[in-house]
Amino acid sequence: MTLLPKTSTKHAETIRVRGIVQGVGFRPTVWKIAQQLGLCGCVSNDGDGVLIELQGQSLSIDAFINCLSKEKPTLARIDSIERERNEYIDDTSQNTASSFKIIESNQSNANTGITADAATCDACLSDIFDINFNNTPNNKTKENHRKGYPFTNCTHCGPRLSIILGIPYDRAQTSMDEFEMCPSCLHEYNSPADRRFHAQPNACPNCGPHVWLEDNNGKLVSGSYKKEHFKDPINDIPITKAALCISNKAIVAIKGIGGIHLAACACDDGNGESAIQKLRIRKKRPHKPFAIMAKDISMIEQYCYVSEKERNLLTSPAAPIVILKRRSDSIKNTSQLSNDLAPGQKTLGVMLPYSPIHHLLLNALNTPIVLTSANASHEPQCIDNNHAHKTLSNIADYYLLHNRKIENRVDDSVVRIMAGKPQFYRRARGYAPESLPLPKDFEKADDILAMGGELKNTFCLIKNGQAILSQHMGDLENYKTYEDYRHNLSLYENLFQHNAKHIAVDSHPEYISNKAGHELAEERNLTLHRIQHHHAHIASCLADNQYPLNGPPVLGIVLDGLGYGSDDKNGAPLWGGEFLLADYQQSQRLAHFKPVALLGGSIAMKQPWRNTYAHLQTCLNNGNGWDWVVKNHPDLDLVKNLSTKPLATFDAMMNQGMNCPQASSAGRLFDAVAGAIGICQEKIQYEGQAAIELVSSITEKAWLDSQTSAYRFDTKNELDPTPMWKGLLHDLSLSTPTGLISARFHKGLSNAIQKVAIRLAADNNIQTIALSGGVFQNKTLFEDVKQGLEKQGFTVLVHRHVPANDGGIALGQAVITAARILSE
Amino acid sequence: LAHGAGGKAMRDLIDEIFVAGFDSPELTLLEDQARFDLSNLNKLGNRLAMTTDCYVVDPLFFPGGDIGKLAVTGTVNDLAVGGATPLYLTCGMIIEEGFPIDDLQRIVASMKSTADSAGVRIVTGDTKVVPRGAADKLFINTAGVGVIPETSNIQANRAQAGDVVVINGYVGDHGAAIVDARGELALEISTVTDCQPLNDLITEMLKVCPDIHCMRDATRGGLATVLNEFASSSEVAIQLDNTKIPVREEVRGVCEILGLDPLYLANEGKLIAIVSKEDSESLLAAMQKHPIGKDSCIIGAVEESPQGKVILETGFGGNRIIDMLIGEQLPRIC
Ligand SMILES: [Fe+3]
Ligand SMILES: [Mg+2]
Ligand SMILES: [Zn+2]
Ligand SMILES: [Zn+2]
Repeated sequence: MTLLPKTSTKHAETIRVRGIVQGVGFRPTVWKIAQQLGLCGCVSNDGDGVLIELQGQSLSIDAFINCLSKEKPTLARIDSIERERNEYIDDTSQNTASSFKIIESNQSNANTGITADAATCDACLSDIFDINFNNTPNNKTKENHRKGYPFTNCTHCGPRLSIILGIPYDRAQTSMDEFEMCPSCLHEYNSPADRRFHAQPNACPNCGPHVWLEDNNGKLVSGSYKKEHFKDPINDIPITKAALCISNKAIVAIKGIGGIHLAACACDDGNGESAIQKLRIRKKRPHKPFAIMAKDISMIEQYCYVSEKERNLLTSPAAPIVILKRRSDSIKNTSQLSNDLAPGQKTLGVMLPYSPIHHLLLNALNTPIVLTSANASHEPQCIDNNHAHKTLSNIADYYLLHNRKIENRVDDSVVRIMAGKPQFYRRARGYAPESLPLPKDFEKADDILAMGGELKNTFCLIKNGQAILSQHMGDLENYKTYEDYRHNLSLYENLFQHNAKHIAVDSHPEYISNKAGHELAEERNLTLHRIQHHHAHIASCLADNQYPLNGPPVLGIVLDGLGYGSDDKNGAPLWGGEFLLADYQQSQRLAHFKPVALLGGSIAMKQPWRNTYAHLQTCLNNGNGWDWVVKNHPDLDLVKNLSTKPLATFDAMMNQGMNCPQASSAGRLFDAVAGAIGICQEKIQYEGQAAIELVSSITEKAWLDSQTSAYRFDTKNELDPTPMWKGLLHDLSLSTPTGLISARFHKGLSNAIQKVAIRLAADNNIQTIALSGGVFQNKTLFEDVKQGLEKQGFTVLVHRHVPANDGGIALGQAVITAARILSE
Repeated sequence: LAHGAGGKAMRDLIDEIFVAGFDSPELTLLEDQARFDLSNLNKLGNRLAMTTDCYVVDPLFFPGGDIGKLAVTGTVNDLAVGGATPLYLTCGMIIEEGFPIDDLQRIVASMKSTADSAGVRIVTGDTKVVPRGAADKLFINTAGVGVIPETSNIQANRAQAGDVVVINGYVGDHGAAIVDARGELALEISTVTDCQPLNDLITEMLKVCPDIHCMRDATRGGLATVLNEFASSSEVAIQLDNTKIPVREEVRGVCEILGLDPLYLANEGKLIAIVSKEDSESLLAAMQKHPIGKDSCIIGAVEESPQGKVILETGFGGNRIIDMLIGEQLPRIC
């Protein structure tokens, strides 16, 4: 027997692929590549990902691995490829040796197949807009049967998390179950070569869901409720009608992927009340900025600057809302955006259409639209047709609805490019429930459930070394949000076959998530772990950066609103501006912002002037600062305004500690400064408004000026704003422009943070600094601190995949708990 | 008052102030115990109810009341809300050395007149004077005995879906009055405590509605706490309508300034009853006829789910979870 030359030896290999490889068209891709390379074998899904058996020329197998990484489906993410050499069996009677097969999933063992909802892919867009179809000469009159069909999707796009009921992820476990596929859809579904192979929500006008337009009384305006009518090829007529309503300044509720939105024309024609003014009044939302959806990048570029990175984000399958800088010039011959869109801001939240409904709608319009979640104030977004009518009866004029149920509420994600990289403000549609691989050895930890925070709540599961962070849900004090929270907790436990052995909660005893965690731990007899809020922030940043499990401690800088401090009775009960020496297991408070009373507790969060008063009184003149301010700056508006408040009562409250918890908060310092210079002095209308408008007031020139004239902070012990206040009051008395004061404050604070950080890093021999906390969503401050510390040679870890705000702390709680268990 | 004055001085104190002040036949006997005829009690019902509470309020005197009035009212109300007819109280006092006799007499007189108005007698008591600093001015303990008529069965676990929640007037008056009196907070409000015995009103309520499902007085922890107790004991949800909960403008104003939530403020003369919807109309009518029930109203309803939760409809379609506080009210906002 002659041996074949080594290069063309027949080989057999078992290849294991881990990552996001199920439910994204991975097996057909494998099938296609194997066919092209003439390889035999099979591919299957199992609990660990995808398993491939290959037989063929060893060069071809190498080529296969190469192609797989390059040609993987759009929505796939390969975390690892492990290859194992097997004995080659030349047995043509076996399937594996004669051809390449896709093996059907065994329902009991596949469990990593749930991915995020994805924006309509280009191929599906071609179907919807009937592009490239009529080219075949003998088929001139026949249109693509999906032309104008608003539920077109394929393996590379479409709804996922929003329609799933349980595992395994197949059609029967989604809200598509009630639509039986027609023969043509079924054929696509069963053909490995088709891009709709195993696309669970596959549908066409003959068999799938349909849209209709109703007026405020529920009366049909266009389309039909009935199934038999939607075979009508002009199924997009309701959408065209809806577009017409929007251009006539009506407010239209639109059911999309993860929820129902309110849509209104984003432009102002200058005649009478704009649609946005109407929307603001009806929604009782006077100030909070609205995000817009624009047809394409070039339409966005009429209003905003779009960098390469921003463009990539906008056009990614996740299609998030991206915070962009508004153009300072206005382009001729374009409709002007309404002034009420984002008052007091230089930025705008923008997204591209991400479902066929949105594409068809925007295609029928010449302007961008506002797209805001449809809800009663503070409630989560509506997802149900009937509920929408009940809740929106005073808001929406028309309803563009459909008969595919939204099973799970998924808000739009919000992302911003900062220091050249994307940062999440809100992580939901397009990202959740995508898992985050944790550093090595975390896979040894038992299943952990972390309950998250109170506001911007998310929860987090750890399983097999992956962290699964839920979509953003919101403020748990709101009952509907809490309901959503409970719903998603059981959904995720089911989807990921998660069986928690440990439960982690924030240490704040009054957090609703803390109480829910206590109840759950008691019910199931599990160990409960209480995790300090700011340690969780830093640990979340460590995990976000794949920081090794037993890596040395880092210096964590958390700039935050409020979190429950340590149980140390001598300290302030509430923390918020913290310098921690932290690793996954432990954290130690090295320094912090000066604690100042929260005048009246929670209400101080809504009324910036309370923080201004508390700061001035505490910081200046040995605790009697207000007298000093009145004496030295009697003519300031600030003095006039605050003098109308019951100051004697506030002094007594502070002296007696009556509902005046001390807090070393960074967020409240921003409120105090904003209040002092007249930004949102009286009250804020939405969370973070004062800080957002404060940073918005900084002009480029002011920022340049501030580099040499920044306010000073005391940094010897605590980070003490006393000198800043003196400088600021002096500037106020000189009528210095607001933007310059704001710039000097920002630059001064950045300098102070860096100074403290450098000192602490030297004291503790530290090279790595992690930044976290919601205040770091302030782009100006974040970029200045980060760049400053990097210039000093530090490695600076910042958030990448989870928000720096409380939307990320569930991940921190989970990894701290895992690290502690593993160290036992 | 002097501490450690011993037998004679102490006896004189009790004689002078208490026996004279409370003027009760049982107390005049100066036995070590009060004695009751069981056959008389038997006529009033089939169960004996007993309760005790300690009163440490600071300041001792506040707008509309004092610690003595509170000590009688509190215990009388604790009996009455269980459906019992309050009959006898005991009174224990711990007094800090140097406490002014005048104040003591005022407090005892206040207890006596409150007891009279509630139709109960203070039948036995004890007094200790402790060194300066060992107690803050004056602490009172009262215990009470009452009899429950056969017809009533009031329990925290009897609320059921379809029931309604009734209150006999404005919430938070006591809490606001105390905050103002204690704090030297320069608030200058005219709100006085609602401290009042509820037993007479409850008698009238039970006449028209013997089957009250749940009833408690909303003292420390306020309305929110009582309703949470009902919701979790009965495994039901309680849905409140914010626009229906009576809060005085002035109390609302104080809460706004201080950052307090009126739903958690203490009351000393407010009862929360849960009754069937059918009973509620006649009950409300009866309550509104009574002087301390004229502002009675329905503030919410009992629903099946979410079990154990109290939810406040805030207007504009918002629904806020009103939780039981574990500790003090600390901000949860990050
Ligand atoms: Fe936080
Ligand atoms: Mg009591
Ligand atoms: Zn597609
Ligand atoms: Zn079809």
